[in-house]
Amino acid sequence: METADPIIELRKVSKAFGSQVVLDAIDLRVEREKTTVIIGRSGTGKSVLLKHIVGLLRPDSGEVFYEGRRVDNLSEKALTPIRCEIGYVFQLNALFDSLSVLENVAFPMTEQKGRRRDRKSIHDLARRCLDLVGLSGFEHKRPADLSGGEKKRVAVARAIALDPPPKVILYDEPTAGLDPQRSDVINKLIRHLQQKVRVTSIVVTHDMKSATEVGDRLLMLHGGKFLADGRPEEVMRSENVHVRRFVEGRAEPEDLLNLAT
Amino acid sequence: MSLPENMGRFALFAAQAMGCGPIDLVTVRGWRRFIPQCFSIGTLSVPVIMLTGAFVGMVLVVQGYQQFDNANLADRLGVVVNISVAAELGPVLAGVMLAGRVGGALTAELGTMNVTEQLLALRAMGCEPVHYLVTPRFLACLLLSPILTLYADLMGALGAWLIYSGVYGGLSEPYWYYTRQAVEYWDLGTGLVKAFFFGGAIGLVSCYKGFHCRGGAEGVGRACTESFVISFILILALDFFLNIVINGLYEILYGYRALLF
Ligand SMILES: Nc1ncnc2c1ncn2[C@@H]1O[C@H](COP(=O)(O)OP(=O)(O)OP(=O)(O)O)[C@@H](O)[C@H]1O
Ligand SMILES: [Mg+2]
Repeated sequence: METADPIIELRKVSKAFGSQVVLDAIDLRVEREKTTVIIGRSGTGKSVLLKHIVGLLRPDSGEVFYEGRRVDNLSEKALTPIRCEIGYVFQLNALFDSLSVLENVAFPMTEQKGRRRDRKSIHDLARRCLDLVGLSGFEHKRPADLSGGEKKRVAVARAIALDPPPKVILYDEPTAGLDPQRSDVINKLIRHLQQKVRVTSIVVTHDMKSATEVGDRLLMLHGGKFLADGRPEEVMRSENVHVRRFVEGRAEPEDLLNLAT
Repeated sequence: MSLPENMGRFALFAAQAMGCGPIDLVTVRGWRRFIPQCFSIGTLSVPVIMLTGAFVGMVLVVQGYQQFDNANLADRLGVVVNISVAAELGPVLAGVMLAGRVGGALTAELGTMNVTEQLLALRAMGCEPVHYLVTPRFLACLLLSPILTLYADLMGALGAWLIYSGVYGGLSEPYWYYTRQAVEYWDLGTGLVKAFFFGGAIGLVSCYKGFHCRGGAEGVGRACTESFVISFILILALDFFLNIVINGLYEILYGYRALLF
């Protein structure tokens, strides 16, 4: 599944921590205004991959492009305008615990340079985004007082609450810890943003239902490489043993050896 | 990380935090971040700093009274006590209290933000964490430490006098007469200048330790301990070198003192 005009492109990106190779010459071209889903076993480097896109991690070798411009060698300062166009849902939510829920969601709008707007319109938009994730009435709570799923939804609201809307949203496990109904709301929200607001999304998930529902394209990361790539239904029918086992949720035999002894 | 590397990083970190200081002091945004820090670093430290100052003054009188009285110099006790408090013990002990009360808290707060990816989230939103988090805390430590020291000096003088006249029944008039004659603005001023340096060092070291702590609760705990120990040693070392510089200056300026004071 290749695209001529990718909004984000990774070329031969490699990353190792010490002797542990996490990404091994990864190539990825992310299509504009589509949703790309990345699946893979825990610890295969999905979060590491997302962090490379916004320059939170730098590749050991290889290049990262955003809108045709190389970004992996930019300084933190030069990355700022790019980061302001990208929403990021962190796997651990990363809510600011000194701020209320509303202040958290309004944070990017109030603090980013060049977004000077009045307080009221910022708070209105923040409230609307909280409504979208089903959290109206939680504005004045502290993140520490929320349940796991509520925190996740605040994180999603914070990533989408930008005006103009973000061009790209990176979701790191947006439905982890949510009940099936809330997951469905988030899936529909991701779909809605893609169809109505024309947001490009990259979704990292373990949730196969979510993956097939929101994805225009599904990739599986395994051993530092992409093992499967295609439309979700194609990947679900893949013949590759690792892909089969992952989508069916069966353990790799070598992972069970310890149980047998 | 090796020591030179750590020092290099610290220098860059300090330069960045200080570099943003002037901008923050002239913008509304800067003050909005600065004022809450002044409250938690300054206002909330006042009682404990005052208590420290009072006890230092009191204990100096208890220690010195007998010897001074034996030499029939009891009314000169105020001179020794007040010079010691203003020039040396006030700033150093206020600095130590500040390092304990504020330094640990700053390291724990920023360290927790670090291990829960809140610092990454700030960067991902295009906010510079050093500017956003460190500069206001550094400024508050730097600018409020002399003021806190003034409180300690004041309480030291008051405590000493209370014990002198209340417990030992010394006469107030000669006590204050000799004190006024001997204690110079120079002593008070150099004490406050030292406090300024101590405050800056405490702010920078505590924030640096928070920003660079290893993961987990244990990492944060260790960073807090290290930040207190390093702040404490820095206060003593800075005190030593500043005293040498101040003595040198005093000798140079001695001839002009009629013009200065
Ligand atoms: N800063 C780091 N320092 C050292 N190792 C790291 C670092 N970040 C990630 N790793 C390692 O890289 C590997 C991939 O991590 P990553 O967080 O990307 O996994 P993941 O695919 O997102 O897994 P999960 O689904 O559990 O979130 C892990 O083995 C992890 O230990
Ligand atoms: Mg992850």
